Amino acid sequence: MFYREAGDFKTTYTDDNQTFPIKFDRYRYYVVLAVAFGVIPFLINDYWANAFLLPFLIYSIAAIGLNILTGYCGQVSLGTGGFMAVGAYACYKLMTGFPDVNIFFHIIAAGGITALVGTAFGLPSLRIKGFYLAVATLAAQFFLVWLFNKVSWFYNYSASGQINAPERFVFGVPVTGANTEAWATYLFCLVFLTISAIIARNLTRGMQGRKWMAIRDMDIAAEIIGVNPLRAKLSAFAVSSFFIGISGALFFAVYLGAVEVGEVFGIQKSFLVLFMIIIGGLGSIFGSFAGAAFLVLLPVVLKLIGVDLLGWPTDIVAHFNLVIVGALIIVFLIAEPHGIAQLWRVAKEKLRLWPFPH
Amino acid sequence: MLDQTEGYVTEDGRKIGGVVMEMKNITLRFGGVVAIKDISFDIRQGEIRAIIGPNGAGKSSMLNVISGFYVPQEGQVLFNGKPRPQMRPYEVAQQGIARTFQNIALFEGMSVLDNIMTGRLNKMSSSIFSQAIWRGKAEREEVENREKAERIIDFLEIQHIRKTPVSRLPYGLKKRVELARALVAEPNLLLLDEPMAGMNVEEKEDMSRFILDVNDEFGTTIALIEHDMGVVMDLSDRVVVMDYGKKIGDGTPSEIRNNQAVIDAYLGVAHD
Repeated sequence: MFYREAGDFKTTYTDDNQTFPIKFDRYRYYVVLAVAFGVIPFLINDYWANAFLLPFLIYSIAAIGLNILTGYCGQVSLGTGGFMAVGAYACYKLMTGFPDVNIFFHIIAAGGITALVGTAFGLPSLRIKGFYLAVATLAAQFFLVWLFNKVSWFYNYSASGQINAPERFVFGVPVTGANTEAWATYLFCLVFLTISAIIARNLTRGMQGRKWMAIRDMDIAAEIIGVNPLRAKLSAFAVSSFFIGISGALFFAVYLGAVEVGEVFGIQKSFLVLFMIIIGGLGSIFGSFAGAAFLVLLPVVLKLIGVDLLGWPTDIVAHFNLVIVGALIIVFLIAEPHGIAQLWRVAKEKLRLWPFPH
Repeated sequence: MLDQTEGYVTEDGRKIGGVVMEMKNITLRFGGVVAIKDISFDIRQGEIRAIIGPNGAGKSSMLNVISGFYVPQEGQVLFNGKPRPQMRPYEVAQQGIARTFQNIALFEGMSVLDNIMTGRLNKMSSSIFSQAIWRGKAEREEVENREKAERIIDFLEIQHIRKTPVSRLPYGLKKRVELARALVAEPNLLLLDEPMAGMNVEEKEDMSRFILDVNDEFGTTIALIEHDMGVVMDLSDRVVVMDYGKKIGDGTPSEIRNNQAVIDAYLGVAHD
């Protein structure tokens, strides 16, 4: 049907190792990049930036991070909210402590700090697995939120207990603070998402990704082949936390501007990102995007249909959102554990043959 | 025929070298159960060494001791003449010991090629940062090791399933992919745990041919566990026979065939 790899010959292994080995996919990827960087910034308005685009970009980074840990390395984590908080608070401390350094570096450094914290909380994974590890990371979630509430050094002793992002510029354009424009914040987040996705893809298609997947699929066999389980698991925690830290920093500095830790980075956030990768697809970078887009768009679309079109009360529509997400989680876990990404793959395989049965 | 220092020449004229791996008085217990009792034997450079015995004789436990997965309570494992300190299984792998499993232990979520490439991981050293940007050493290593992997893929005739997810393969091919994953590591010592379990005659013939070819072409030392007597007697140069955790025979296939203790263990003894 649409396209296939027939006739697309490769003569080197480098060609065969590409992210998008099929020509059609490659061109589509370039088109998506061109539209995202070259077209959307001119069409964007505040409503779409805040309701969909910014949260989508930022949650995608978090979902990629969690997907590396849970989808690729098989280590369940419920600490995503806590690690995002680490990114946010690290970014805040860096922004206020070193106001002369560009915010771009602050956000990367915040990712690095989160990577260290994540690695520390990943240590129990060497001894415990599955459900028990999830509980251990849950402890990280509650401990970190408690810590940022309790120790006032983290929020610079402000009376409200909140952290507020001061105004910062990239190339003279404000990206944080009160006077930001939609296109600037959008592009700033998009740059981070693009780099994160490329790094995640490179890691997962190379030897590091194979080590992670080996640990996920059969840890004993992996160890006998020569995978050091300690290094594989901790590197997954580090890389995953790095991305989650970046997304937390962006969420605070660029998207919200002001954060109260218990409200924004609570356990709900951990579950939200986990639901994104379950619905989107475990072990798939595309799935991280799909899941983030789906869960960010769902309330927006429901509001458009329910409130604006049918005139239902807002709270009923909000509850509908919860019901639908809950039902979808159950459906996906039972019917398609590999999520939207797998549905997409199956659809492509079916379309290769369509309209013939074989 | 058996020279302790120099090695020996097999019936088909292959020269066998010195001792690669020596097990000295190995005893392994699980609680009160004695799985292996005071067993000693050696594996020599370039030979095909079989470990046979009835069910529950302790063969797989023996293989797990060699691959470092079990640590024996008593006895010594000497590798290349030196006592091997207690080490984690991945460190044993780094020393050049590869193995396959009785129940296939492939990574089901990955493609055949990725499974085989994991076998190369001890040969790759690029840092995680180099891999993240996929430039320089990481990219070069990926291509170099892909070439090695492709050579093994050709050798084992699995080109057509290269990109197939392992979970979709039939049993016989999975066994072959697992052999490929072990082979691609270019091991000094290859351990095969029942490579022919559950196969039909044709698949067994294929597998036997591959094992002989591996030994012939790469000079790999092979230790294997197998139940099919015909296969064992045809393939192996020397055979260790175990029964209830004890060694009851050790020698060439023809010696084993005429060993009364072995015959008793397999066929039973008349009680009169």
